[in-house]
Amino acid sequence: MQLLMSLLTGLIFGLGLIVSGMTDPSKVTGFLDLAGAWDPSLALVMGGAIGVGLIAFRLARTRARAILGGPMHLPEARQIDRRLVLGGLTFGVGWGLAGFCPGPALASLATGGSKPLIFTLAMLLGMAIFEIQNRLSQSPPKEIAC
Amino acid sequence: MIDWAHFTPWTSLAGGILIGASAAMFLLLNGRIAGISGILGGLLRPKAGDAGWRVAFVLGLVASPLVYQLVVPLPSVQIDAGTALLVVAGLLVGVGTRYGSGCTSGHGVCGLSRLSPRSMVATAAFMCAGFLTVFIVRHWMY
Repeated sequence: MQLLMSLLTGLIFGLGLIVSGMTDPSKVTGFLDLAGAWDPSLALVMGGAIGVGLIAFRLARTRARAILGGPMHLPEARQIDRRLVLGGLTFGVGWGLAGFCPGPALASLATGGSKPLIFTLAMLLGMAIFEIQNRLSQSPPKEIAC
Repeated sequence: MIDWAHFTPWTSLAGGILIGASAAMFLLLNGRIAGISGILGGLLRPKAGDAGWRVAFVLGLVASPLVYQLVVPLPSVQIDAGTALLVVAGLLVGVGTRYGSGCTSGHGVCGLSRLSPRSMVATAAFMCAGFLTVFIVRHWMY
């Protein structure tokens, strides 16, 4: 049941990305281009998603377990450190360069031709580089926020 | 100056609500955060019993345009970046999202919904870097 819900959640997430226009990188860079012809659409995507999310996370706070019975896997990290900020900045540069972030790239893989595929492979390579670097460094891998 | 020709308030709001509904379902039913980079990146750090739900979520996400197409044609998209730029951007997004523990979905949607100070800082960082990058590429380099 949990697997089926994971599949369905991924599907609905992807449909939301397509409906919202966020699978179009030119629409994302149109939002990021504050100094040019600005397309505010992405702000409404975030607004709509966070509006629903605020209610869901408020409901989740009162629950000890998920509805399907499993534990609640909520992020425990609290510290705002260099790693968080530098990671965010690095991601933002890549996001601005191509207009792709992980969700829309995956939701474009099946139908988008070679460009989303090239981006996704490079992204997976980047994630693998992080894993290797993380394993080589002394600190044990931290449980990640999301 | 607002680009009224491309601004799609209603469909973007509707899509955002769908994304929020998906994140809400995942949280309340499965007790999980719908953060794409974390779900995908976790597959590169195999742990027993941890891969199934990740694979299922990614499959659903990858299948979404195929399902969409069954009902209405997919919207046209425009990808300006060439191969080299896509590779550089992909590497930065891959490393950055893992280093910073999240992306637009995990920090941007879920983290802000959770009112997490960590996610607010991360979202501010990637938004600012995104704004600055596009500004430099579009208004300084050309």
